[in-house]
Amino acid sequence: MGNLTLSNITKNFGTVEVIKGVNLTVEDGEFCVFVGPSGCGKSTLLRIIAGLEDASGGDIKIDGVPVNNTPPSKREIAMVFQSYALYPHLTVRDNMGLGLKQAGSSAAQVAESVARASGMLSLDALLDRRPAELSGGQRQRVAIGRAIVRTPKLFLFDEPLSNLDAALRVNTRIEIARLHRELKATMVYVTHDQVEAMTLADKIVVLNAGRVEQVGRPMDLYNDPDNAFVAGFIGSPKMNFLKAQAMDGQGETVGVRPEHLAISRDAGVIAGRISHVEKLGSETLIYVRAEPHGLLTVRQFGEQDFVVDEAVYLTPDAPRAFRFDAGGLRMR
Amino acid sequence: MSVSRHSPARSVAAHAVLLTYTLIALFPVFVIVINAFKSRKAIFAHPLALPNAETLDWVGFKTVLKQGDFFQYFLNSMTVTVGSLFFVLLFGAMAAFALSEYRFKGNTLVGLYLALGIMIPIRLGTVAILQLMVASGLVNTLTALVLVYTAQGLPLAVFILSEFMRQVSDDLKNAGRIDGLSEYRIFFRLVLPLIRPAMATVAVFTMIPIWNDLWFPLILAPAESTKTITLGSQVFIGQFVTDWNAVLAALSLAILPVLVLYLIFSRQLIRGITAGAVK
Repeated sequence: MGNLTLSNITKNFGTVEVIKGVNLTVEDGEFCVFVGPSGCGKSTLLRIIAGLEDASGGDIKIDGVPVNNTPPSKREIAMVFQSYALYPHLTVRDNMGLGLKQAGSSAAQVAESVARASGMLSLDALLDRRPAELSGGQRQRVAIGRAIVRTPKLFLFDEPLSNLDAALRVNTRIEIARLHRELKATMVYVTHDQVEAMTLADKIVVLNAGRVEQVGRPMDLYNDPDNAFVAGFIGSPKMNFLKAQAMDGQGETVGVRPEHLAISRDAGVIAGRISHVEKLGSETLIYVRAEPHGLLTVRQFGEQDFVVDEAVYLTPDAPRAFRFDAGGLRMR
Repeated sequence: MSVSRHSPARSVAAHAVLLTYTLIALFPVFVIVINAFKSRKAIFAHPLALPNAETLDWVGFKTVLKQGDFFQYFLNSMTVTVGSLFFVLLFGAMAAFALSEYRFKGNTLVGLYLALGIMIPIRLGTVAILQLMVASGLVNTLTALVLVYTAQGLPLAVFILSEFMRQVSDDLKNAGRIDGLSEYRIFFRLVLPLIRPAMATVAVFTMIPIWNDLWFPLILAPAESTKTITLGSQVFIGQFVTDWNAVLAALSLAILPVLVLYLIFSRQLIRGITAGAVK
């Protein structure tokens, strides 16, 4: 239960238009990730869905019911915040139960829901502590637990992993993915990290400057981007953009992913000089300066023995290159 | 890391400066308190000497307790101070919450208007205030003083508190909204506890001028039943003769309640002053 429809959502702050007409459908049970650079409006869009901001125009429907004028607590949503936002004066148990208590559930119901959620997140040992006595990772688990307790139609996550360190981030990411499978709930997740988007999403919405650039499954966005922005944003390291004029003259730029550039000491299409080498063990990233294209990234598997200042040749894997016109649109 | 800060020479110098300042600041209080316990002759002969068996004299305190209703004066001062403090903190925090939390037309303008009171002394309006109090029949009531002091304290309270309220996490307030807490509960249960240090700071800065004020009690409420302690002590200061024993005893006594209030707030106050400086 829980699908979300946004039609023509706009949002102005004063004269600044931060959301410029967003249309989107999130199906029941889907994990939808909003991704984009900072300032693209993804958090604002999430807050509009939550009802914490009013949309300047357009309709929001949850399960087909317009909720534009419904206060946040009546939208049957739950939200997990970047800064955890636990109530400092309440114990973990009360933090998790507050929403249900406010909604008028009986004490027994609240206790049961809290027990169920704390079991799922192994929070049982922490229930009587206060937020100040928890570590960052524990706090975020409590915040997620607080969302689960309410059995909402819609889970909203606002960059929930940004304040965690790298190891915890991976663990919590896996935990969220597991919860999504177990709860089969609709989730909307905001992040600026395309790795989180790729690993968690059923559907990714790439936002840029208040507009939706492309919507699709992670591998569709990776293999079939609509424009240069999406092509550059999805995938890490970033896609290389070659000047088409220096190649065959078709279009404006040619996009080639670092893993689709072959490198050789003897011959190739693009001549360049190595400016930096990063060895990561499982892969080696080689940065090659090649005029007029600029700095290009090549990704090779395993350890590779290239050294800085070496002259090399690069060859794009032609069938896997993308062509973009002057406006950044994909030429198919 | 802090090697230089812990060098003994620096530490001695810093403490010397702080101790000197403490002595200068406490000296008048010290002189008042020791002389309150001495006979009139001893006050003038050896003003800086401690009271001893010969010079010890309780006459000042006896006069204070005999003359007028000093307990009543204390009660009046306390009522006015605590009452004004309560309203300044309540209304100041509420206005600050509205200014920092809600976007509305003229938000900045209203904020500036409220802050303007910091720069304009309320005493300029004394005549108008007196006329207002006469018209509304509030002359010689403690209500008049509470109203005036609330107005006097609000600008600074709004100014300081709205700055602190802006620092309270938006996420926390939004989490409360999603959990269905009313704006009042968000304000009283989530936001106010987090800005307690700022509240204590405002409380101290508001409290002391009110306790010490002579002007408004003299003009608005000089009746025997509404005299404050500061006004009450003035009966011992005459144009030709001043009963120093009584004046000093009254002042010594007047320090006590405000000292107690200060101690209550001071633990929070230090955190308030240094908040933001040390994270």
